[in-house]
Amino acid sequence: MYAPVEWLRDLVQVDPAATGAEIAAHLVRVGLEEEDLHGGDVVGPLVVGRVLERTPEEQKNGKTINWCQVDVGDANGTGEPQGIVCGAHNFEPGDLVAVILPGGVLGGDFTITARKTYGHLSAGMICSARELGLGDDHDGIIVLTDWFAGQEDALAQLTPGTDLIPLMGLDEETVEVNVTPDRGYCFSMRGIAREYALSTGVPFTDPGAADARPVAAANDGGHAVRLSDGAPIDGRDGCDRYVARIVRGVDVNAASPTWMQSRLTASGMRPISLAVDVTNYVMLLLGQPLHAFDLDRLNGAIEVRRARAGETLTTLDDVQRTLHPEDLLITDNGETVLAIAGVMGGESSEVTETTTNVLIEAAHFDPTTVARSARRHRLATEASKRFERGVDPAVTAVAAQLAVDLLVEHGGGTVDDGVTDVGTPAHPVPFAFDTTLPTRLVGLEYPRAEVVATLEAVGCTVTDSDPTGNEVTVLPATWRPDLVDGPDLVEEVARVRGYDEIPSAVPQHQGHGLTHGQLVRRAASTTLAQHGLTEVLSYPFIGEELFDRLGYTADDERRRTVRLANPLQDEAPLMRTSLLDTLLDTLRRNVSRGARDVALFEAGLVTRGDNPTAAPTPRLNGRPDDATLDAILDSVPAQPNHIAFAAAGEVVSAGVGVIPRAYDTYDVIGWSREVGRVLGAELTVTAATLAPWHPGRCARIALPDGTLVGYAGELHPKVVAALDLPARTVVGELDLDVLTAATGAPTQARLLSTYPAANTDIALVVDESVPAAEVEAAVRSGAGGDLESLALFDIYRGDQVGEGRKSLAYRLTFRSSEKTLKTSQVTALRDDAVAAAKKATGATLRG
Amino acid sequence: MSGPNTSYDPVEVAALEPEAIEQAVTAALAAVAAAASLEELKSLRGAHQGDKSPLALANREIGALPPSAKAEAGKRVGQARGRVASAFTARQGELEVERDNRILVEEALDVTVPVTRRRSGARHPISLVTQRVEDIFVAMGWEIAEGPEVEAEWLNFDALNLGQDHPARQMQDTFFVEPEGSGLVLRTHTSPVQIRTMLREDPPIYVLCPGKVFRTDDLDATHTPVFHQFEGLVVDEGITMAHLKGSLDAFVSRLFGEGIVTRLRPSYFPFTEPSAEIDCQCWICGGTNPSCRTCGGTGWIEVGGCGMVNRRVLAAAGITDEKYTGFAFGLGIERSLMLRHGVGDMHDIVEGDVRFSAQFGMEI
Ligand SMILES: [Zn+2]
Repeated sequence: MYAPVEWLRDLVQVDPAATGAEIAAHLVRVGLEEEDLHGGDVVGPLVVGRVLERTPEEQKNGKTINWCQVDVGDANGTGEPQGIVCGAHNFEPGDLVAVILPGGVLGGDFTITARKTYGHLSAGMICSARELGLGDDHDGIIVLTDWFAGQEDALAQLTPGTDLIPLMGLDEETVEVNVTPDRGYCFSMRGIAREYALSTGVPFTDPGAADARPVAAANDGGHAVRLSDGAPIDGRDGCDRYVARIVRGVDVNAASPTWMQSRLTASGMRPISLAVDVTNYVMLLLGQPLHAFDLDRLNGAIEVRRARAGETLTTLDDVQRTLHPEDLLITDNGETVLAIAGVMGGESSEVTETTTNVLIEAAHFDPTTVARSARRHRLATEASKRFERGVDPAVTAVAAQLAVDLLVEHGGGTVDDGVTDVGTPAHPVPFAFDTTLPTRLVGLEYPRAEVVATLEAVGCTVTDSDPTGNEVTVLPATWRPDLVDGPDLVEEVARVRGYDEIPSAVPQHQGHGLTHGQLVRRAASTTLAQHGLTEVLSYPFIGEELFDRLGYTADDERRRTVRLANPLQDEAPLMRTSLLDTLLDTLRRNVSRGARDVALFEAGLVTRGDNPTAAPTPRLNGRPDDATLDAILDSVPAQPNHIAFAAAGEVVSAGVGVIPRAYDTYDVIGWSREVGRVLGAELTVTAATLAPWHPGRCARIALPDGTLVGYAGELHPKVVAALDLPARTVVGELDLDVLTAATGAPTQARLLSTYPAANTDIALVVDESVPAAEVEAAVRSGAGGDLESLALFDIYRGDQVGEGRKSLAYRLTFRSSEKTLKTSQVTALRDDAVAAAKKATGATLRG
Repeated sequence: MSGPNTSYDPVEVAALEPEAIEQAVTAALAAVAAAASLEELKSLRGAHQGDKSPLALANREIGALPPSAKAEAGKRVGQARGRVASAFTARQGELEVERDNRILVEEALDVTVPVTRRRSGARHPISLVTQRVEDIFVAMGWEIAEGPEVEAEWLNFDALNLGQDHPARQMQDTFFVEPEGSGLVLRTHTSPVQIRTMLREDPPIYVLCPGKVFRTDDLDATHTPVFHQFEGLVVDEGITMAHLKGSLDAFVSRLFGEGIVTRLRPSYFPFTEPSAEIDCQCWICGGTNPSCRTCGGTGWIEVGGCGMVNRRVLAAAGITDEKYTGFAFGLGIERSLMLRHGVGDMHDIVEGDVRFSAQFGMEI
């Protein structure tokens, strides 16, 4: 909303010295958001000039320019005529024009200098409306006698050399503010002025008050209007007040007065014609959108009703729109559709150049109805914007009166005596209010008198229903549909006093700190980062064909996810089911940006499963019943916390004192186990076959009880190719929720034995197909409780063990907690271990 | 004619000739003093201490002396051998120290040679800022609450007093889940976590809800469709806007610097009443620099929204006892990161380029 300061001064006593910035600050203080400051950026000398000579000169490029001699009085310091080149042609010698002289500055910091152009020294510029920021018109320059037509005061001052900056309002600023959805009334100068008055305490006279101007009383002689809403939304009639006024014999093509044009321009609207300008002007002043119909194009009564299936309307923007049964329509006698109520009119009844009789509509439409229509037809108009947020149902007749008065004043004609005003708008409902509530809710003392005074200043009617207690009855203002209960009024009291006065007090509470799950997630990420991985974030959106490229089978559970109705990109409508889905993309991006060796990780939620049953969305009315609430909560798909990692290239690159090594499967398995280890979970590793991993290089990572935690290994070469990743990319992904559930019990310490340790080495020969983990498990079980540690230090394959077999060399460290082990005892334990391995895996001791 | 080489050639020294003994000692001491290395010193031992050295020969002669001369000769030769032996020991010590020092010098490394044996990892700064924010509130006695990102529409909108016709619920902002009427969305804020918390727990409630949220904005220098928020919720007896202001002031002073405070401006949100915008004092210029790039010279930076929890919202979550009041606020992690660390372009935050995270390490 644009608030021209000049207009504001007309409505409320703005301090004459106040700058636009100060005015904006006052408005911000009570809740309007400052968007921008406009105007005040043209710097003189900008003066009246009289064209003495105009010599057209044709140029080589075919363009004709005018070499002009302009009398600018003494403004140029010499009194001599000023030579200026001008490209416009809409003026003659003798005309009065707006001249900016060298040294002047136009908007956008454009400083005027005397410069050589088209063979002349042009010392200044004759300005158009656009160059002065006064409108879009740049077809020609401003001829001041036209510009100020009808304004005798201004015309009398038009002598060469007169300063035009104040005369044209160029010293006036416009404050642009953002209006929050609860303050629909601030989409009017009436509302802005009231807020300014509230903020500064200056008196305010409401231009929308019932007694602001004489308003003709309603009678039966007006144009017939029928309100026949057969399908109100939420029980509210689509239209609960409709005022129709008629002006006959008006010259709709007359120019609207300059003051009105400049206010419209300053408000960001283009002056068009009297009929359009007046409706816009009244809307900007009072917040009441108006519609002007060509009366002679109406055949019968105006009927306001909902649309019927199949009805269409070609709106003023020349788009044919198929109407929806929820759309509220203005119709001619119930038949021809004239407009979508409160949104936009149609072409068939529009006021044109030939219109002489005008019907002015001022109505009050249901916010929800208008909001839905505007949304449905993607038509956010000045009218719909206001109706959506609630228009004052008490200002309707005043607005219509002002419109017809302005039409007659500037376009002639007469106002019909017949005045239509039908419908019964809902009135605000009074409610009880405890005047101590502001103090209790804000934490700052607000005396009762202040509370009452503020509410009255806001426009509420306060009745002292309980003179001995704290309770009053508050009837909200008709333009404040947002004031419905106590806290709404508290905000009024608090903002008028000023939020700056609210003290600062820290509430005291004892909490439990981070949960185990939160600590687990932090520890997992920290561990990976400490192992040289870099955390990244990726968008969780994927396309279905990714699952094919990852090699998922048709019935893979990981294909089940939710699909977005309006994805960012049509090719990525699904939510990822693994972090790797998108982490691999990030890996590729890093490689394509020149990173050869990359190790990444990401922690976050993945979606598992879709929503087979729709979640209920009951209208807000307290807590839903348990069944509904359960249905809501249960409809949300599972979203476990995962952590995933991916690496390609070398762990370390060749360099001084460094042996290079590529990332391999054992790195990702190692990271997986390390994440488990820091959380106190000894994770087990078994061979697995699962897309997208290499079938021979995939580890299933599990809890000791077998519960799946995740997978790690090298990507399948086909996946590497399909996703355009570096060869031998290794990846893993773990479910941190599983790890969270499995950990958290305090780790119990073992007593440390101080008896000496005894080492012994064994080499066990097994079939190639026997996993090392099985051999190790057997050795451990056979070696018994005195086995302190076991390390696989070599794997040998070759002639000495035979084809298809391998030799696993282990170092066993024994230590008893009770005694020093003798050599014979260690040998016996070792033999037990070998025997257990032989039994479990067929291992033989290598001689 | 040349004399014998006293260093190498066996020279017979008569045990009874003190001059000869003294001469042998002098020769030995001179040779020891002149030895430049442990090897050289070792090679001298034969000539001066070995079996054929003059003093050893003299010693051997003592046995042949008459008893009357034995004692004196023995004493003389013994002392001489002792002096030579201690000269060797002393010189041996000196030379060992010299050798050790030389080895340390020879073993010196150029410690400035860059040797990288392990790649360095890093956390994403969004995670680090989130943790820091969490820690600030945990230190104030709050807890951290989390919830799903694919969320029930009722929890994301209706329960927050954002009715069906609220503009914030429209297509242009929200990612909706298919099919139409699924009742699911990608949460547009972490407020549904507030509702879930209130549904689950009775007051007093002091929670911070950090997390990923989604809006259908296009990615540009300052916007991203997937971003991170932290929302706070307190519901307790006697909670006021002053508590809201106090909590925010305490938070910004810990994140942005001691003495930094917030300013509240009246605003509107469906889920709070009264509502306010949160401005944070500019910690770069404190409002003293008209051309400050951080605050635009106003001295204040808009960082979020807040207010007293709307009673309809409390009621939606089952809190109907009017003795309980509450406040809530919401701020952006990306914005905090950009402001606090001078990140100029949102692309860097979201694209996953390792070079971005690497700048921040593990602590922020
Ligand atoms: Zn600053």
